[in-house]
Amino acid sequence: MSGFAALLTRDLRLAFRQGGDVANVVAFFALAVILFPFGVGPDPDLLARIAAGVLWVTALLAALLSLERLFDADFQDGSLEALGLMPVPLEIQVLAKCVAHWLTTGLPLTIIAPLLALVLHFDAAGYPALIAALLLGTPVLSLIGAIGAALTLGARRAGVLLSLLVLPLYIPVLIFGVAASEAAALGLESRPHLLLLAALLAGSLALAPWAAAAALRQALE
Amino acid sequence: MAGRESRKSFTGEGLACRRGERRVFKGVAFALAPGDALLLGGPNGSGKTSLLRLMAGLAQPEDGVIAWNGATIADDPAAHRARLHYIGHQDAVKPALTAEENLAFWAGMRGAKGGAADALRRFRLDARAAWPARYLSAGERKRLGLARLMASPATLWLLDEPTTSLDAEATEILLTAIADHRRTGGCVALATHAPLPLPGAQTLSLADHATWRQA
Repeated sequence: MSGFAALLTRDLRLAFRQGGDVANVVAFFALAVILFPFGVGPDPDLLARIAAGVLWVTALLAALLSLERLFDADFQDGSLEALGLMPVPLEIQVLAKCVAHWLTTGLPLTIIAPLLALVLHFDAAGYPALIAALLLGTPVLSLIGAIGAALTLGARRAGVLLSLLVLPLYIPVLIFGVAASEAAALGLESRPHLLLLAALLAGSLALAPWAAAAALRQALE
Repeated sequence: MAGRESRKSFTGEGLACRRGERRVFKGVAFALAPGDALLLGGPNGSGKTSLLRLMAGLAQPEDGVIAWNGATIADDPAAHRARLHYIGHQDAVKPALTAEENLAFWAGMRGAKGGAADALRRFRLDARAAWPARYLSAGERKRLGLARLMASPATLWLLDEPTTSLDAEATEILLTAIADHRRTGGCVALATHAPLPLPGAQTLSLADHATWRQA
């Protein structure tokens, strides 16, 4: 457990010292969302209808943007090799890195999403469900992303490969995330969708660290 | 196993290693008792790093067995990782963290607390403790990497070219550290091109086991 805390603290410290990474993700999210009113026109009804979809797709892409560096920096400077030789199981270390990744991408995205929803005239009734869905869905993005980041480690043009691997796996999160947010905005029950997102989170918590750790061992050999 | 063998704690027999298509070496054997040191020699590409990575359990030998007190290391990799320090070519130093934070992190991952300040002092880095590591010179980064040896205890030290970019003073500090470690029953295996004065060290030249010339 002390190894988990040590790695989590180090990754958070690195993220705050090199604040650029967090700021980039948030700025990308905000800018990409703000482009939509320019692209489809300022019609409030139209914007409100597409708001949930736009927010989720952009959040997905923003999370993807930061994934490439999840293991790559450690891989390049020899830290990953040293981490692989620590007595702390690699699976626990992957989990610590995913938690750090979520705290520095998923959580900031969840915090500013309501502000951007305002720009898109998102229905007021939908906000609680939107935030709940993002809180449940964004950790899944980090966990599934870790598998992709570990698999593409050391590959040329890893970023492109990573998108091709990970984006299809994000589709379930997108579907249930948008469904939960929209259902609430239309005055329908959003609970079943949120429960499905929670199931996705539980499943990826149980499986992703193992898959990513196996891929990391492969990369280290 | 004969009685003579059982005193050896770290052994390898009939080791063969393949990197991709290329067989690097075969028929390599070693046996280290507590307090022993092993110097790995051989030209570039003869497999010194590969052998150290096999010893660390980072890679599996194509053939042969590596054992600790008679138990194959591959059977209990976690126990093996807990007893070793591996310092490779790269320093694993984060430029954004201070020297002390870097060191305390690695010690913390191994469950040790409070050894960092002392280790920095041993490697004459105490004046740099609060500096972000990006301001350290190549030699100082190498010292910082080696200070991990002192910041948390481990029985087996695996060092890959540890004296690269070290000055005479730092090399001396390292040699003293190795001597202290051996006196307390530790084992050291190190790959080097520079002739290092390690009294009573075994030597293993991988040039004798190279297969790349024939292959």
